[in-house]
Amino acid sequence: MNNNTTEPRQLRKVSQKYTRQSQIAMVMHNLAKNKGAMAGLAIIVLLALVAIFADFLFDYEAEVAAVRLDRSLIAPCLQYPCGTDDLGRNILACIVHGARYSLSVGLIATLMGLIAGVFFGAIAGYYGGVLEDVIMRCNDILSSIPAILMGIVIVSAMGVSLPNLMLAIGITSVPQFVRITRASVLTVRNQEYIEALKATGLSEARIIGLHVLPNCLSPIIVQITLRIGSAVIAASSLSFLGLGVPAPAPEWGAMLSMGRQFIRTASYMTIFPGMAILITVLAFNLLGDGLRDALDPKLKK
Amino acid sequence: MADNILEVRHLKKYFNTPRGMLHAVDDVSFTIGYGKTLGVVGESGCGKSTTGRSILRLVEPTSGEVIFEGKDITKLSKREMKAMRKDMQIIFQDPFSSLDPRNTINQTLTETITANKILTNKAEVEDRVLELMETVGLAERLINTYPHELDGGRRQRIGIARALAMNPKFIVCDEPVSALDVSIQAQILNLLDELQDKLNLSYIFITHDLAVVNHFADEIAVMYLGQVVEKAPTEELFNHTLHPYTQALLSAIPIPEILDERPQILLQGEITSPINPPNECRFAKRCPHVCEECRKGAPPLREVSPGHFVACCKV
Repeated sequence: MNNNTTEPRQLRKVSQKYTRQSQIAMVMHNLAKNKGAMAGLAIIVLLALVAIFADFLFDYEAEVAAVRLDRSLIAPCLQYPCGTDDLGRNILACIVHGARYSLSVGLIATLMGLIAGVFFGAIAGYYGGVLEDVIMRCNDILSSIPAILMGIVIVSAMGVSLPNLMLAIGITSVPQFVRITRASVLTVRNQEYIEALKATGLSEARIIGLHVLPNCLSPIIVQITLRIGSAVIAASSLSFLGLGVPAPAPEWGAMLSMGRQFIRTASYMTIFPGMAILITVLAFNLLGDGLRDALDPKLKK
Repeated sequence: MADNILEVRHLKKYFNTPRGMLHAVDDVSFTIGYGKTLGVVGESGCGKSTTGRSILRLVEPTSGEVIFEGKDITKLSKREMKAMRKDMQIIFQDPFSSLDPRNTINQTLTETITANKILTNKAEVEDRVLELMETVGLAERLINTYPHELDGGRRQRIGIARALAMNPKFIVCDEPVSALDVSIQAQILNLLDELQDKLNLSYIFITHDLAVVNHFADEIAVMYLGQVVEKAPTEELFNHTLHPYTQALLSAIPIPEILDERPQILLQGEITSPINPPNECRFAKRCPHVCEECRKGAPPLREVSPGHFVACCKV
């Protein structure tokens, strides 16, 4: 053995040439090749921009909130591309402002479902046993309640408001996320690399958070995009029934509901909000399908 | 300090199945000296891997003692066990599923090094990662590659580097070469051999390939349905095979000769179910020399010559 006190050795460093290729960059690269997904992404970005800058595009007070009977029920023309409704409101302006409601309900409700669903799904999948049985049976009960019924229950108990609408849709989104998370955690938890991590003495919270969940991410991300689409539909359905955003607000579903009485004479009152819902949901679904392919790390280039 | 790094006493692991208790590991005992290798061989499903995992408490043993450097680790708390894990590591069979597909080599090794706070300084960790890669023969340019970009041999080297990252004294090698093709097998075996000399490591080498253990192990334990049926130093086992099951195993080693005149022992009969096995010799149903006595109870493992243990009433 060499017992001489040696000089502190120069620590080696990784050469700058070998930088890591981030996985997000790889996913984006794969996604860019999927035309449908890129179209969906473009529409979503456009919708988000429209929702953010709605006030610059159309004045809320003048075009959406004001009742102007002097210009009621004008068919689509250059000045009002989507026409005006029975109260003289500019339908295009209503759709633009309505995007705020639809997108925020879609995003926040899905986020609620995501957080609760992934938490319980991961616990059920990773630990198994009685805990899993309890969580999954509660989940079955929850998933047997339709979104509309849940909406009616929560709204009649807590009143008609935007947060209550989000809560109702959020709760009905939970079961899907629980199932998907549990299913993918089950496939990951018995992999040898998880065992290897246990052998290194890593805590279970870190193993679940840093290794199990990231490997379950693809189906969850896909589910998020698909779920936002259905949340938008659910929000519109509830608003259509009068259980969503309170009346004068230009929610797309509420607009459909108002246009219903004029559907023979002024069909543009229902067509354009309906199209808005359709395009939004389609865009999220296209993106979701594209992500499903792009997120597979083993995808051959 | 004892002479043995590891002593396993009456290790048992039963799994509860709908049809009864599955005796995966049933009363296994052995010892491993410092810097030595114990080869564990046996057919698929005989409990080799479960034995290896029970020793590391990756599956909790049902009963028995695992004495590592004088301490019974089956009685340690979670926190004490965590400290203990530094000294005992595992290399897995399948290099494709034993690495997190979302982590690069660098991330995998860095995490292992930092997990037990062996090193905390970032520059030191980086240095250690490079040193480990050099030790196992991985080029520096691979540091930021993902497992799916590498072949099986390189992946297995990452697996070895990960096991070495904590400076263990003892490694369970769970069929480390059976998923690799023969030329790569030789490389990995040589690497493991060099590391043993250099770092004075002790191995449990689990395999179903007798040719591999012949070269590699100091001592061999042959397992059959959860029990050790024969245990002897490697040469002794190959020269004076006593248990009929070991004889059958050895006769199955292919020899590259056209006019191979050795008698092949073909085992006939059904394998005893490991679920609630009857109290008789577990090999009785397939043994060519079965007699009345075999059915009366499981024969104990006894020493027939120094260091050579066998569990058979005929010997």
